[in-house]
Amino acid sequence: MALVFLVFFILPLVFVVVVSFWDYNDYEMIPTFTTRGYTDSFEGCLAQLPELCTILKTYVQTLKFCAIVWAATLTIGFTVAYFLAFEVKSREWQIILSLICTIPFWTSNVIRMIAWIPLLGRNGLVNSFLQAIGLIDQPLEWLLYSQFSVILALVHLFTFFMVVPIFNSMIRIDRALIEAAYDAGASGWQTLWNVIIPLCKPGIVIGSIFVITIVMGDFVTVGVMGGQQIASAGKIIQTRLDALQFPAAAANAVILLGVTFLIIAALTKLVDIRKEL
Amino acid sequence: MREGRSPAFWFLAIFFALYVLFLYGPMIAIYVLSFQGPQGGLTFPMNGVSLTWFRKLWEGNGIIDIGASFQRSLGLGLTVMVLTVVISVSAGMAFRAKFRGQALLFYTAIASLIVPSLITSLGIALEFRLLDDYIINHFGDWGLQDIADTWETAMGLYSSGLGAHLTWTLPFGLLIMFAIFNRFDPRLEEAARDLGATPWQTFRHVVLPIIAPSVVGIGLFGFTLSWDELARSSQAIGPVNTLPLDLQGRTTTVTQPDIYALGTVISAVSFTVILAAVFVIRLLQRRQAAHGSDAGKGTV
Repeated sequence: MALVFLVFFILPLVFVVVVSFWDYNDYEMIPTFTTRGYTDSFEGCLAQLPELCTILKTYVQTLKFCAIVWAATLTIGFTVAYFLAFEVKSREWQIILSLICTIPFWTSNVIRMIAWIPLLGRNGLVNSFLQAIGLIDQPLEWLLYSQFSVILALVHLFTFFMVVPIFNSMIRIDRALIEAAYDAGASGWQTLWNVIIPLCKPGIVIGSIFVITIVMGDFVTVGVMGGQQIASAGKIIQTRLDALQFPAAAANAVILLGVTFLIIAALTKLVDIRKEL
Repeated sequence: MREGRSPAFWFLAIFFALYVLFLYGPMIAIYVLSFQGPQGGLTFPMNGVSLTWFRKLWEGNGIIDIGASFQRSLGLGLTVMVLTVVISVSAGMAFRAKFRGQALLFYTAIASLIVPSLITSLGIALEFRLLDDYIINHFGDWGLQDIADTWETAMGLYSSGLGAHLTWTLPFGLLIMFAIFNRFDPRLEEAARDLGATPWQTFRHVVLPIIAPSVVGIGLFGFTLSWDELARSSQAIGPVNTLPLDLQGRTTTVTQPDIYALGTVISAVSFTVILAAVFVIRLLQRRQAAHGSDAGKGTV
């Protein structure tokens, strides 16, 4: 196992960092030290201030996707996990319902993306329905190949990553604690806010890390659901790769990795600090 | 346990039902639409029912050979499945004892799960490219000019592609193994040892039967994750395509329902595997129950 990770994970990451400092021309990489991969990426950023340049705009956009998807998956994931953990009482049903939530995770993401096309397209179900009940005259164009459809698909695909860790934290909570809270006169909401949520914090953080890193690095969903028109941090790398500019792609990968780790570090700090308070 | 239901229960139950609908609704829509009649388009209403689009898919449109990628994906998926099971179970056993670098290996596995797939994929592609360059330019120095002259690439389905998939499936396998051994009773092994079993006998006749259902679960993860894997494959798979890559390639030109047919075919394989795995797990659990043991009731 150590060998697999060394050859296919650690070494590749080292190469990404090394190559990000190489030079390149139209068809090959040149192993000399340069920061061109980075400077090219930020080209014109200083000159354009206070206007944001392309790469910064793209990162702002990606972070915006992250924030929205995170909020949505957290809300939905927490509610679903809560239902499974506390309201479903029999073990048998818990397993069956968890399985129902898990099965889509074992099927193809791309299929689950294109599955939205017949629903959201110009002549899709949603538009036909809204037109039929007379709510709109023209089909809504922003339903598909838009930021909306990207966010919808991301939430659709990755809520699962929130449900599992939160559910995991919840079933470990000692039921006696909740009863104690009720006995002490806490209302349902007070119990939720002061007892359950703090105890679920590890699950919430793990789920958040998953969702945020997936959205940060995503290029497939943004590509397919955005009709290849919307930029994201992952798509920058992909575009560079398509142009065979490996050092530039690697430089962008390092930047992305850095931003992602900053977010994770911030998240884990958040929990520790709260624990100490 | 079933006393009166609170209003909160009904609210949450409805929320859950909506979530399930949200999960499955769109998928079911494309499965239905893939049986669209020959005149049918990409959306409802259905224009007759036929297998036209499946036939079209099978014949191919001259550009993409679906049958070949199907076989490639299946072969790779099965290989990944076997390797994931073997490596995860061994690693899971190893982690029960303390060894040097344990924490490091664990965090590496978690990092492998978290680092964006595209970056891992890019790294593997670079690694193999540099290896290729090295072989072509330097193997002559070692008296291996023949190899250098005919060398094309070390990248391929079963080298870089396999590795890329393993970085994705192994962390899941390892986490499942942790979950199993957290509730495994080591006294069972001690009993076996006291009765004179060798370590291998202990593993084969005591440990393995108990963890078998979860091991099937790991296999299920291994296969399905590889079968549908896209982001890691994108750069690291070499010159050929897997089925998900073909599918993604087609999304840019969604004009006919044959893409839905492809989706239905891919999903059909996934569902067959899931059902088979769930069936085997139930069977194993029932056998355990019949033998009066309550150990190893691991979750999948």
